[in-house]
Amino acid sequence: MTPLSHIRNFSIVAHIDHGKSTLADRLIQSTNTVADRDMKEQLLDAMDIERERGITIKANTVRIDYTAEDGEKYVLNLIDTPGHVDFAYEVSRSMRAVEGSLLVVDSTQGVEAQTLANVYQAIDADHEIVPVFNKIDLPASDIDRVAEQVEDVIGIDASGAIPVSAKTGQGIHETLEAIVQHLPAPAGDPDAPLKAMLVDSWYDAYLGVIVLVRIMDGQLKKGDKIKFLSNGTTHHVDRIGVFRPKMEHIDALGPGEIGFLTASIKQVRDTRVGDTITHERKEVAALPGFKPAQPVVFCGLFPVDSAQFEDLRDAIDKLALNDASFSYEMETSAALGFGFRCGFLGLLHLEVIRDRIEREYDIELITTAPSVVYHVYMKDGTMIELHNPADMPDLTHVDHLEEPRIKATILVPDEYLGDVLKLCQDRRGIQQDLTYAGSRAMAVYDLPLNEVVFDFYDRLKSVTKGYASFDYQLTGYRQDNLVKMQVLVNDEPVDALSMMVHRDRAEQRGRAMCEKLKDLIPRHMFKIPIQAAIGGKVIARETLSALRKDVTAKCYGGDATRKRKLLDKQKAGKKKMRQFGKVDIPQEAFISALKMDG
Amino acid sequence: MLSKNSSQPALNEDWRAGGFGIYIHWPYCEAKCPYCDFNSHVTRSIDHDAWRAAYREELQKLHEEAPGRILNSVFFGGGTPSLMEPDTVATMIEQIKTLWPIANDLEVTLEANPSSVEAERFRDFRCAGINRVSMGIQALNDTDLKRLGRRHTKTEALRAFDIARDTFDRVSFDLIYGRQDQALEDWRVELSEALSLTVDHLSLYQLTIEPGTAFGDRYNAGKLRGLPSDDLGADLYELTQDLCGEAGLPAYEVSNHAKDGAQSRHNLIYWRYGDYGGIGPGAHSRLTLNGQRHAIEHALMPGPWLNGRREDTRSILSDREQAQELVMMSLRLKQGMDLARFEALNGRSFDTATLKHLCDLGMISFDGGRLSVSKQGFSVLNAILAELLNF
Ligand SMILES: C[S@@+](CC[C@H](N)C(=O)[O-])C[C@H]1O[C@@H](n2cnc3c(N)ncnc32)[C@H](O)[C@@H]1O
Ligand code: SF4
Repeated sequence: MTPLSHIRNFSIVAHIDHGKSTLADRLIQSTNTVADRDMKEQLLDAMDIERERGITIKANTVRIDYTAEDGEKYVLNLIDTPGHVDFAYEVSRSMRAVEGSLLVVDSTQGVEAQTLANVYQAIDADHEIVPVFNKIDLPASDIDRVAEQVEDVIGIDASGAIPVSAKTGQGIHETLEAIVQHLPAPAGDPDAPLKAMLVDSWYDAYLGVIVLVRIMDGQLKKGDKIKFLSNGTTHHVDRIGVFRPKMEHIDALGPGEIGFLTASIKQVRDTRVGDTITHERKEVAALPGFKPAQPVVFCGLFPVDSAQFEDLRDAIDKLALNDASFSYEMETSAALGFGFRCGFLGLLHLEVIRDRIEREYDIELITTAPSVVYHVYMKDGTMIELHNPADMPDLTHVDHLEEPRIKATILVPDEYLGDVLKLCQDRRGIQQDLTYAGSRAMAVYDLPLNEVVFDFYDRLKSVTKGYASFDYQLTGYRQDNLVKMQVLVNDEPVDALSMMVHRDRAEQRGRAMCEKLKDLIPRHMFKIPIQAAIGGKVIARETLSALRKDVTAKCYGGDATRKRKLLDKQKAGKKKMRQFGKVDIPQEAFISALKMDG
Repeated sequence: MLSKNSSQPALNEDWRAGGFGIYIHWPYCEAKCPYCDFNSHVTRSIDHDAWRAAYREELQKLHEEAPGRILNSVFFGGGTPSLMEPDTVATMIEQIKTLWPIANDLEVTLEANPSSVEAERFRDFRCAGINRVSMGIQALNDTDLKRLGRRHTKTEALRAFDIARDTFDRVSFDLIYGRQDQALEDWRVELSEALSLTVDHLSLYQLTIEPGTAFGDRYNAGKLRGLPSDDLGADLYELTQDLCGEAGLPAYEVSNHAKDGAQSRHNLIYWRYGDYGGIGPGAHSRLTLNGQRHAIEHALMPGPWLNGRREDTRSILSDREQAQELVMMSLRLKQGMDLARFEALNGRSFDTATLKHLCDLGMISFDGGRLSVSKQGFSVLNAILAELLNF
């Protein structure tokens, strides 16, 4: 067991692309934690999807042994946190397990919105913060400017900031020294009863549920009988270990240490993140704990091939095993058949889950319009949580609706500010603050979540050529004039396309939607009216004209096989569509129709 | 002698509704046209004796498999079969006539390219037994001929066509329309001129961009500009129907027009889903053998084929597949399809709701036990087929 004075626990706060993973890799490499031949880029991001998108979703940990300049041997525990706003909740709880943070800022870019959101979480968690200015090898690097920004915008002292190039290795040694010298050692009592924080948990096909713990007091040994305070369940610890970053088994963990345990737990749902763990028959005061993550975005997932419904159920069950923040229940749609209504932490979370189902389980999916959770107040005083616009109760019984709002922080170079303000305005935003840090503006907006959920981030990226950064947090619910808009294709309502909109925006949204659908639905042999309606009233209308030409001009002698193959191809194309009455709608239409270009 | 294994096919075999023909594929051209994805190749030297011998061998083999049936048509297609030695054509026709019983009005067609037409050779082809010529003229203006990669001018094409007309009673020619930058009015003028030259048959194909051709590559690279929109394509097609109708050459098939009685009998065999034996590289056959319809495809590349590696791929078509092919082929014809014949093969009739829907839309009609596609329906035939064949 390592003495408390020789332990440092820390996380890294950074905006995406600012070099967090590369820095982590260098720290691991320069301390010989991993043999050079085993070194892969971005060691800590395990999942393919994470690797592809360059993001971290789950917290990852690594234990680094480091002999400092003072000749002493230290144990450094790094918890790598997700950078994306969807997973802000995971960031906050990981932060509670460590005492300090490295604040990594790209010295060619400066502070970004995500950096801000995460660094405030670190400050909230009472962290000691060491600024690290990365990418100093690039010609555009401007350390003075970034230092000024860090002091102005974040309000922390940047005089001790370490200039680093994670790429060349410059400054890595200094970073390790700073961790030892400036970050506090953890506190704890080795002789007190065991008190450990359940930081995270995930499912492993071989070992069952793996539980990441931070020991606060006492000692955890292999063979111990432990108890989860939240539900009183007890478990027999069969393995204890640390990550380097591969799993390494050890016999005991002491105060201040971070490691994992397994105890033949079958489901992630049986563990509660933030829970307090102690020994059986011991009483300790519970840690503050975390409130469970709430799904905020809902959508329907339906198999393209309805015969795959059971496969989909299976896939979703398995994914849910490892992701307690993902909720689901069965849904039936007149148009799409059987599927699931699923809840996610945000759009990225939605996309990650959807991609995993399609890729790992080979099921093609139709994803319906994402929706937030509305509060529907009924005339009889009750309140219904509306997850699916299709379930909107009859208006005669409804008193009013409330929708979730967010506080959005956007950092953007001055020249794009006008476009950003317009975008926020268009999305019903209310400006709360507008300040400058050098040539960058920071705009804070109160926005309805439903205006952001879908394509706000894409739009923001495109109007600012990628130079804006964005983060948000939920603030609460507010009443507004919201209505359900239905879409009728060839005079038949398509439930999967109905959505909640603000009454003042309904015409505009309806028109945009009809125009989009007109482009997305292939021409048929007859003309097809496409309408948007509120209640019985049509508010927008387009007509898709009839197909005029689709014929094979030449006949290749007696090659009838060729014709048959052509028809088979057509057939395969049709399989990717859904039939609504006599109209075939391509599956991608359900998402694409909602994207707004302006 | 009417048992299944006899050489006389049973009287109730489906193919009889379409007749029997032989197709001979000549796989060479002087140059490869950029839009063309026929099995045609350019080569420096051709061993005509070897080709003659190989063809003769294949005819013999075909006869062993499918003897005895009355032959309605022989078609030399390509490629550019007008590049064949007239002598080769002559021996083959002679051999065919000794192997099969011949219909009184046997049609023997040769496809010709205007660049390879000489009066003397044409006379030789006539002596060899060719009685119908189909010539690929493609366009009646030099700019478009160039853009289509053709090696002849309009004047040369017309001269070649004159020779053909002087030599044969039955001559037809092909045009491609829906070309780059071709306006509706341009086509009206050009087609009117074409109709004034026409004898009794005309093939008018809308340009199709085929993958794997030079045009296909250019198209994928976004470099083939000025192609007609679907709407213009439809207008061009309608105009074509109108003009040809007025000139007394109504469409008898999607892209083929003829005076009454002048239809290509050979192509009618395909479209009426008869039996046909294909000879030569890449040639296709549909042959009813022992009561089962076989789909046969010969080795594609001329080189290996000539060197004796002609293994064909064969499959036996199920009744459903035959029904499908019957629909796909016969609905291309104005006269449409015999419903009883379809039902006999398919085992059941079409879905009535689908038929009603298509009828209500004015896409199809019924008359005297036949289902046919309307004038309006022809331009969206693929969509109709998709509906009818129920996917
Ligand atoms: C085998 S060629 C006939 C004769 C000869 N090879 C020639 O081109 O002169 C058959 C006909 O198909 C037509 N054709 C070929 N490729 C085509 C395409 N991509 N689109 C439309 N028609 C095409 C041409 O009209 C051509 O004449
Ligand atoms: S269009 Fe005719 S000449 Fe041109 S390559 Fe094709 S077959 Fe040969």
